[in-house]
Amino acid sequence: MTDNTTKTNTADDAEAAGKGAKAVPSRRSILGWGGAGLALGAAAAGGTAVALRTGSDAQPAASGGDAVPFHGAHQAGISTPVQDRLHFASFDVTTTDRAALVKLLQEWTEAARRMTAGHEVGDGAISDNGELPPDDTGEALGLKPSRLTLTFGVGPTLFEKDGKDRFGLKSRRPQALIDLPAFKGDNLDAARSGGDLCVQACADDPQVAVHAIRNLARIGMGRVAIRWSQLGFGKTSSTTPDAQTPRNMMGFKDGTRNIAGTETDRLDKHVWVSEKDGPAWMTGGSYLVARRIRMHIETWDRTSLAEQEDVFGRDKAEGAPTGKQREHDEPLLKAMKPDAHVRLAHPDSNNGVTILRRGYSFTDGTDGLGRLDAGLFFIAYQRDVRDGFVPLQKNLAHHDALNEYIQHVGSAVFAVPPGVRDKGDWWGKALFA
Amino acid sequence: MRALRSSAVAAIAAVAALTAVSGCAQKSDTKGSDAVQVKASDDKCEVSKTSFPAGHVKIAVENKGSKVTEVYVYAADDRIITERENIGPGTKAEITATIKSGSYEIACKPGMKGDGIRQKITVTGGGEKKSDPQLDKAVAEYRKYVQQQADETIPAAQKFVDAVKKGDLDEAKKTYAPSRTGWERTEPVAESFGDIDPKTDTREDGLEKGQKWTGWHRLEKSLWDDKKITDDDKALADQLMTDLTAWQKRVGSAEITPTSMANGAKELLDEVYRNKITGEEERYSHTDLVDFEANVDGAEKAYDLLKPVASKNDPALVQELDKQFESVKKALGDYRDGDGFKSYDSVGNDDRKKLSDAVNALSEPLSKLAAAVAK
Repeated sequence: MTDNTTKTNTADDAEAAGKGAKAVPSRRSILGWGGAGLALGAAAAGGTAVALRTGSDAQPAASGGDAVPFHGAHQAGISTPVQDRLHFASFDVTTTDRAALVKLLQEWTEAARRMTAGHEVGDGAISDNGELPPDDTGEALGLKPSRLTLTFGVGPTLFEKDGKDRFGLKSRRPQALIDLPAFKGDNLDAARSGGDLCVQACADDPQVAVHAIRNLARIGMGRVAIRWSQLGFGKTSSTTPDAQTPRNMMGFKDGTRNIAGTETDRLDKHVWVSEKDGPAWMTGGSYLVARRIRMHIETWDRTSLAEQEDVFGRDKAEGAPTGKQREHDEPLLKAMKPDAHVRLAHPDSNNGVTILRRGYSFTDGTDGLGRLDAGLFFIAYQRDVRDGFVPLQKNLAHHDALNEYIQHVGSAVFAVPPGVRDKGDWWGKALFA
Repeated sequence: MRALRSSAVAAIAAVAALTAVSGCAQKSDTKGSDAVQVKASDDKCEVSKTSFPAGHVKIAVENKGSKVTEVYVYAADDRIITERENIGPGTKAEITATIKSGSYEIACKPGMKGDGIRQKITVTGGGEKKSDPQLDKAVAEYRKYVQQQADETIPAAQKFVDAVKKGDLDEAKKTYAPSRTGWERTEPVAESFGDIDPKTDTREDGLEKGQKWTGWHRLEKSLWDDKKITDDDKALADQLMTDLTAWQKRVGSAEITPTSMANGAKELLDEVYRNKITGEEERYSHTDLVDFEANVDGAEKAYDLLKPVASKNDPALVQELDKQFESVKKALGDYRDGDGFKSYDSVGNDDRKKLSDAVNALSEPLSKLAAAVAK
């Protein structure tokens, strides 16, 4: 970890002090030493991060508190083993000055580099100058890196909005970055849809994820503004093959056959944009679709178990596909009802369409009518939306028995550029080149 | 509304639940000797018994042939109930499944391909209820009610259609909601005719790509939002009449069972909860409360007919349902206005929440009615 930043602050001083060694202070180590924390007690998380920062495609084996490498051929937070919590934010770019936008992306990248390693942003949370508000908002002090990943994307409106090419990027828009078509049953709220930029923050500690988005939003003020954001608490899919598939808010295991982070062949085939897909600035990137899917929790809960199981095409206890014994048994689609969710979502029912799912459950309190505002914040990554989410959702919107109990209320699509390679690289550099 | 789950589906689900219960009861005393023996060879599929009771069924397969085989149990529509693949020559395998009464086929597939060598089997009793004269009567009465609602809809719809065709905007608006009442009272049955409902009762957001928007809600938009009646609307009015007449003719043949009645009552309240209380159903006319009342009427009718049986099996449930039906009707009564109801856009969020809470209080016990009549 050779973090050659020119800024002077506690973390960097500490880093300099520990250079060559494995020592970088975690936020935890700083806590308790106040602003004078410096290099004291520098051990925990940073060392692991260094150890992990090997090959660009290395699967971080990080557990709960560790750091996930920020640099790599692909952005972290896609094939990375799914963390427990999410804070997803969509931004409108408010400046019309291309140079100002570029500067923001550079600042964001630096802040992301620091936060994912467990450091504070800027001059830290406890600044030397008592007259100034601190650069870092401080609520992550003392918390581990918590496998924080920050994944950055650009939406269709960055390239053209209301017929205007604000940043001279129109000709660089990937063909795969389409405006999603309207699907049957959509009830989309414009205030929860779209956006020029997005950042997906995933971490095992919710406060670490929230801290990251909050600080990026603060850095961006005057240049970008949050359009909408979404907290997610229960991961609903796993990219780790042996892990238990988590249950969604309907009490079912879903997304059992997800692409695993270790399946490089399937990732190359279905998730990463290849050189020949074009445009060049997207090679190694991916396309992200986010859908806020509200669940009609109350009516679902009043549905008989037999019908619930028919709707999914799984048994509720084990998660086994209809007629099978175990969750990971190969599903027998013909054993399911024709409108069963698993049957309709399966690649075999969709000409092999496969996407990487990374969704989270959400509950944003109640909706004013006394109903839980709960559901699934669906996130999918794919090599091309036109061969991924679009045909799949067309099929589901048309036939899925689950539609009786869900409603899509928010939607967004983003092009996620490849990973930040090194210290000199930044989010979107190739796009603005 | 979105016509997706029909009463027929609900009925199947309810029967499945029944068999699941009896399956559990039998599971504990299932002995090896109870298993259905299947001897599979390269050209034969010998089944030890071709008739056995419904519930938890064990099938013991022995592959006596020279090829790897697989064994399937198919329902009448060729849906797979259970299967076991890769049963090697000379090996044995056991398949278990919960099977409800009906006709099935067991297929052995030597070489694991083709339709296999099939043997018809009959699964009897077990999950099947003995016919209960009280329930038979309830079904017959409900069938009568459903037909009567359809019959009464025809003249009401004709008034609406005539007004549209005359281009009489005010009269069309006045007759719109009453033309829907019979349909809304029996919606789960009406929806079970999958080809009619999309033509009559689809909302704009429920359209398939390329589907022409027809029916009540298209006309609703013309009357309240566009505020004019076009020639196209007049043609749509004729079409609506044709579709409703088809429904009236066919509704008597709908599959109705005691459990589909009970689940249908619950589904009517789900409709209220999801589409009426939110104001999504009648987004232009704001006549949601008229539909609301019709849904509750229809649910109450099914409940009343099932009550003699339900009160024997679960008197506490019946007491609670009586109370909650009254409470919902009372809550709704506060918004009565002349022959109809207040426009729903004048009902604020606090009041909508009160209605929502009342519907929740009714729906929760109502979801237990099917089990109470199926005991």
